[in-house]
Amino acid sequence: MNVNPYPFMPELSMFLIITLLFVQAVGSERMRHKVGVWLPIASLLPIVVSLFSLGQEGLFFHGAYQVDPLSQFFKVAIAIGFSVTVFNASRQPTLLDENRSDYFLFLSISGWGLMMLASSVELITMYLALELSSYALYAIIALRAKDRGAAEAAIKYIMFGAVSTAVALYGFSYILAGMHTTYLADLVQKTWSFEAAPMAVTGMALFLLGMFYKLALFPFHFWCPDVYEGASNETAAFVATLPKLGAVVILIRLAAMFKPGYDITTVIAVLGALSMTFGNLAALAQQDVKRILGYSSVAHAGYIMIGLISGTAEGLAAASFYALAYVAMNLTCFWVVSRVSVDGRNLQLDDLNGLHNRAPALAFALAVGAFALVGLPPMAGFMGKLFLFSSGWNHGYNWLIIIAGINTAISIYYYLGMVRHAYTKEAVEGTPLPDTSAFSFAGAALLSLLVLGLGMMPAGVFDFALKVGSVVP
Amino acid sequence: MQEFAYPVLTVLVFFPLLAAVGLFFLKGDNTIRVYTLGVSIIELVLSFPLFAGFELESAAFQFVERMDWVRQWGVEYYLGTDGISFLMVVLTIVVLPLCVLCSWTYIQTRVKEFHFCLLFMTAACVGVFTALDLVLFYVFWEAMLVPMYLLIAVWGGPEKRYASLKFFLYTLAGSALLLVAIVAFRVAGGTFAIPELMEQNFTFNFQFWAFLALALAFAIKVPMFPFHTWLPAAHVQAPTAGSLILASVLLKMGTYGFLRFNLPLTPAASEYFAPLMIAISIAGILYGGIVALGQNDIKKVIAYSSVGHMGFVTLGIFLFNQRGLEGALFQMLNHGITTGGLFMMIGAVYERSHSRDLDDNLGLGKYMPAYMFFWGLFALSSFGFPGTNSFVGEILVFVGAFEQNPWIGALMVPGAMVAAAYMLRVSLKLAWGRPISWKEWPDLNLREWSYLVIPAVFVLYIGLAPGLCFKVMDASLIKLEKDVKEGAKIVAMEKENAAQVSANLALNSLKGIIK
Repeated sequence: MNVNPYPFMPELSMFLIITLLFVQAVGSERMRHKVGVWLPIASLLPIVVSLFSLGQEGLFFHGAYQVDPLSQFFKVAIAIGFSVTVFNASRQPTLLDENRSDYFLFLSISGWGLMMLASSVELITMYLALELSSYALYAIIALRAKDRGAAEAAIKYIMFGAVSTAVALYGFSYILAGMHTTYLADLVQKTWSFEAAPMAVTGMALFLLGMFYKLALFPFHFWCPDVYEGASNETAAFVATLPKLGAVVILIRLAAMFKPGYDITTVIAVLGALSMTFGNLAALAQQDVKRILGYSSVAHAGYIMIGLISGTAEGLAAASFYALAYVAMNLTCFWVVSRVSVDGRNLQLDDLNGLHNRAPALAFALAVGAFALVGLPPMAGFMGKLFLFSSGWNHGYNWLIIIAGINTAISIYYYLGMVRHAYTKEAVEGTPLPDTSAFSFAGAALLSLLVLGLGMMPAGVFDFALKVGSVVP
Repeated sequence: MQEFAYPVLTVLVFFPLLAAVGLFFLKGDNTIRVYTLGVSIIELVLSFPLFAGFELESAAFQFVERMDWVRQWGVEYYLGTDGISFLMVVLTIVVLPLCVLCSWTYIQTRVKEFHFCLLFMTAACVGVFTALDLVLFYVFWEAMLVPMYLLIAVWGGPEKRYASLKFFLYTLAGSALLLVAIVAFRVAGGTFAIPELMEQNFTFNFQFWAFLALALAFAIKVPMFPFHTWLPAAHVQAPTAGSLILASVLLKMGTYGFLRFNLPLTPAASEYFAPLMIAISIAGILYGGIVALGQNDIKKVIAYSSVGHMGFVTLGIFLFNQRGLEGALFQMLNHGITTGGLFMMIGAVYERSHSRDLDDNLGLGKYMPAYMFFWGLFALSSFGFPGTNSFVGEILVFVGAFEQNPWIGALMVPGAMVAAAYMLRVSLKLAWGRPISWKEWPDLNLREWSYLVIPAVFVLYIGLAPGLCFKVMDASLIKLEKDVKEGAKIVAMEKENAAQVSANLALNSLKGIIK
């Protein structure tokens, strides 16, 4: 078979990194320690490549693999997220030297799997890509020195993951039996009301359950705060962001089936409402910064649902934009968390005290990230929310948008709590100083610029997101 | 379309922001103070074309600047000012140098950040008053929350944590549904541009809910009676400059919102809810006054008096007649000048006695005559003594109220009397109490003179010659009144029974959920 390699350049560039890491991982002892030097720079390659291949389109491998604006948009997002997490993790204090190359190998395999997930348009392909990205993650969550909490988190993640994958696979079989095809292009043509196709709808519900687990949507979120808390800060930064992108991309591909008025759409809307409310309420009571971010991601999964259920191209575009903004905001917060926690421990809110004069750039980045997560203008989160609300209004789920509005008011308390500790309290003598190197400040500045830029000049990015939205029939 | 050498409003919004960034390159606390003062004066100079070019007879928006921001959603960068917002913009710009001057010695820690917050606030406030795009308005509206929060939370008094959180949570909770309302306006009206939305007539049902969502945000900001509890806490804990901005500018945003959004966009619903709004305004006037009477903390007295004064403003707005609207706008301006002045006076005496308790500041009249002169002037103005600025505003609201319904006017009278009672009580003690805590405090110095003379001049100027202000606001207010009356009439046919409508709506949305 003659395959033109250009459409796959982002995947291939990731794969190149993986092979290099693999050589290093099986190579001599001495080679393994050298990862920190070249990998961060190499991780910029997929960004460049995926930006260049934004315009590619095509359908490959018997219609199972589609390269289109949707997949390319998310590949850029994944590449950026991957690069930031690699930079972030390159100074990981709780990662043993002998594990270094393995850690990054798994990290890049996971990113690679997500990239392929973005292009999958057939259920079995989707499943394979998804598992590729998940299995790699199972391994790296436990890699946190000799921490027992990390082992516990890893086991939780595996157990939850295995069960949900099994359920999703079970759902596949129902869809296949009910609709006689696994190609999304054919599946979206069918009628997805329970009356017309009870078996397939049941199967789809089971499959969605698996996706909601990835996205940590209520009530499939129980793993999320625990895993964030147990995993090292840098690993949590990856787990909190990139797999969410993968889940969103699949949900967008499936969204053509969620016409307003179907049972399944209403169920998603209700879950979205519960998810945002529960996530925000639970976060109010947390002291651990990573647990706060964990519950906040549960809430944000709920917000994204607004775009998915609107059933319009704008809605899907808004959801893609919000997913991108979410990754940027969360990585900003995690960057600060990882830099403040110089010894790799879990940060409590009190550990942020006095950040404003100990590391002004980090304090500023934290404020930008946290306020963006609330949805305060002019940050990315606000624009994302505005797009979501505008696209969702008058499509039958106005109550969901009102609940989302009220949730903003609930969530401000804990996000403000982080900023409050950083800006209005003074540090106790003797607490370790945060990382104030140029590396740490440059990262903070770049990420805050990204978040502010997405909020103030969203037009260009959104243009592309609109193309994303129109991909889905 | 007027022509100017530079886009005036944009410059007024972004110059303080740029200048704020410049702060980071400066060293030394005094350099920063002088720099910020310089910036504030340049800002005043930059606003000159506003005075030179403002057309008094025109009710249209002036100094309009318009371009695309996010084309796909129709979000625009759209600025402009008219008779309603013009005075508020001027007030905001004038308050900035006063803020710098009155915190010259008051603020000793984290001076750079403090002035950063001040400049940021000014930019956001000018933005709020000039934005003609709903999203842009919302951006500025929320942007000013963070610096104000920091002003209270970092440089505030002993209870600052409680006060600042309460301020932030209340205001943000109010504006959460504002965003939903903005989106709903866009979907119903097809644009975010306010002037275009004013042309349209929305169904009564829509207006009903939109009014409630908008009113919640604005009522909290004003603050109207049941939502006022954040205000005394915030005022008492905030540093002097914080109280000044809060009283002079921030509270006005709430009433400005009523004038700019509720009345023209939801006229029928405004008329429908007017009795309720009038009732809680009167409740606010009486409640604020009576509670102020019982306070021993001077700042609390002024804080509660703000609740009362702002009650006059909202009352004037919902009378829907020319006198009421004029009175409301005047009262907004006057409250900014007078209460701002009083807060600066409290700051000045606090720097001497380190207490805001009435009993620690007795008998100042004997030793600090200049201080008592200014206090007396602002106090007289505060309860609307003839010849001062507040008299003009209050009498207009009174006239409007009696025009509308004598009972409303009658209910306001005790409110005005209580105002005199609590101001006189405080002033009496300050001036002629037995001085038990006095320790060789110096009278006002040059810096204090300079920042008190400015509001004092305005107190007398507006009090004695209010003609110019009338000219500025009249054209826009006449148009507003006409629009409201007409808009309400067009939609009046639909609203046979609003309770029924809302019940139906609730039922429908329930059905939607079940379906």
